[in-house]
Amino acid sequence: MRTGDPQAPGPSAETLVRAMAGTIPTRGRGAARFRDVGLLLAVVLLAAVTAVRSPHFATAANLQRIMLDISLLLIVATGQTMVVLTRNIDLSVGSVLGLSGIAVGFLLKDHPAMPVTGILLLGTGLGLILGAVNGALVAWGRVPAVIATLGTLTVYRGLVFIHSGGQQVNPQDIPLQLVAIARPGALGVPVMVVMAFVIAALGWLLLRYTRTGRAMYAIGSNPDAARMRGVQAGRIVFLTYLISGALAGLAGVLYAARFATVNPASAGVAFELQAVAATVIGGTSILGGRGGVPGTFLGALLLGTIANALAVSGVSGFWQRAIEGAIILAAVAVDSLIRQHSFKEGARRV
Amino acid sequence: MSRERLRELAVQSGPELLLVALFAASLAFSAWLSPYFLRVTTLFDMTSQFMELGLMALAMTLVIIMGQIDLSVASILALVGVVFGLLSENGVSLALAIPAALALAAVLGMINGWLAVAFRLPALVVTLGTMALYRGIGQILLGDRSAYGFPAWFVSIDFRYIPGTPVPLPLVIFAAFAVGFFLLLHRTTFGRLVYAVGNNAEACRFSGIAVDRLQVAVFTLSGLMSGMAGLMMTSRFASARWDMASGLELDVITTVVLGGTSIFGGRGTITGTVLALFVIGTLRYGMGLANVLPQNQSVVIGLLLILAILGPETGRAWQARRRRAAVRKGGELQASKAEVSAR
Repeated sequence: MRTGDPQAPGPSAETLVRAMAGTIPTRGRGAARFRDVGLLLAVVLLAAVTAVRSPHFATAANLQRIMLDISLLLIVATGQTMVVLTRNIDLSVGSVLGLSGIAVGFLLKDHPAMPVTGILLLGTGLGLILGAVNGALVAWGRVPAVIATLGTLTVYRGLVFIHSGGQQVNPQDIPLQLVAIARPGALGVPVMVVMAFVIAALGWLLLRYTRTGRAMYAIGSNPDAARMRGVQAGRIVFLTYLISGALAGLAGVLYAARFATVNPASAGVAFELQAVAATVIGGTSILGGRGGVPGTFLGALLLGTIANALAVSGVSGFWQRAIEGAIILAAVAVDSLIRQHSFKEGARRV
Repeated sequence: MSRERLRELAVQSGPELLLVALFAASLAFSAWLSPYFLRVTTLFDMTSQFMELGLMALAMTLVIIMGQIDLSVASILALVGVVFGLLSENGVSLALAIPAALALAAVLGMINGWLAVAFRLPALVVTLGTMALYRGIGQILLGDRSAYGFPAWFVSIDFRYIPGTPVPLPLVIFAAFAVGFFLLLHRTTFGRLVYAVGNNAEACRFSGIAVDRLQVAVFTLSGLMSGMAGLMMTSRFASARWDMASGLELDVITTVVLGGTSIFGGRGTITGTVLALFVIGTLRYGMGLANVLPQNQSVVIGLLLILAILGPETGRAWQARRRRAAVRKGGELQASKAEVSAR
């Protein structure tokens, strides 16, 4: 997607300079670690201030609500992180979520006795197919990621309307066994939250300890070099879209479980902004090659806390979109400053 | 004219010819849907529905040729409409509110350009952020209501015509801007520089061209045109809302890309954009006549966008593959010969 931007300092030059300077480490750099601590601090500070200002914040029920909101975001953002790491983007996740939620909801209307595992797999499978379309367009069709997924964002949302005929899925259509996964289970933790953490952990392991995961970083930091080293760039990029689509599809089912209503005009609308925001706030570079799931978790935590803090403090929900936009801008600006800083530092040591 | 000359001409203006054919097809489609369509007045009135899109597409052509993209155009349109509506509601005279709204539009565009340049970020990322931010500010300012109560002379621009003709005012305004942008892009140094930066920004930088300043200027222009579109839409609907023109950036980008502008920068024309605008406009209008829901119309536009990029790209990949095969078989010279004869 960034083929059209010749102005950003090419990672190839950066990598070269740093390789000469012998400062190639990709993690644990001061500035980046400072950001993680800063993020955590921001969450704690925000929580403290809100808790003092509103008695409704630090209650068990509300904390659980935050965890449920974050779960949905964390699942989708984990996929997004992989896509962004390869220097691409997936803007269609909100529509995939909506389509999966609607499709599953209408299916349940006719077959209320379906087992939960089956429902979850169906939603995930649908997301997988939608993700495959994105992946094929970007990896092999050579359509820039932002354009391809902007197109599918619209097409998939249109399919939501066509499939639903504009009708929403109502609470009485969602069977109790599905709703149960968003309710407190063993030890008071909803199954959905557990699922989100397991998925994030798996994503972290994949990125950090497998050849495929390292290949994602390699493609993002220098596509040409990665290709020359024998990385099957097309296949890996396709895989990231598969994962992102599948997770968004799964999130669609969980959305239905969480809210027990799926409205074609609102389910997952603008959710891609939250997913991208969580990813870039967490320190995954929008130019690829740097970042990871732990940062994304912190990003999701911050976003979820902000949204909840706004709600319990009685600030109008109208503020949310502007705040998300401002946060994305601030996050990418900070990332850019860190990048330029480390670039200069590397150059100085040559 | 010899056959060869004819063929050469067809190859040269292939994309434009294709667009004209598409335009004819969408006209025929609409005419088939409604017997009222092929009247002079209907045809002229129809254009008022997509002139805002046209105004934004003109500036977007420059942005994309420069190798960038502006996702925030529809959000600038909405925020400018909202601010203009609030000014008017609070009794500010329109003689003041209109220049203020346009100035705001230019500033919003300039912020896009400046952020991208100052932080060395792709405009794509910056405008993804401002797309949410600008519309969000509109939402904060106006909430879930409409601003209205504009003076009578300002509203219903689409029902004003050049006296004695069926030509509506929005079409006239668009035509004037189209000519202006044609001259700017194809007849001035500024325009040449836009192409140059799109082809190789690095080389431009080393040649002493103020690439950053050029980029800020083009984004400011894009903001300004979105502001114009915002005023036009506000006049047409006699009201402004925070969610007006939501998703319209997709149509704008589709128009430009369908018009033959390369999404990778460096190539494109204003003529192509204007032709594509009429194709998309007629298509949307025709689907409206056929009672296709707006969301379902967007499916068609989204598919069109993907196909408009996928088509030339696969064509190019196919040509490259054939060339490689020819090189393998008969060497470089043979390949060039085959290429010439293929034309």
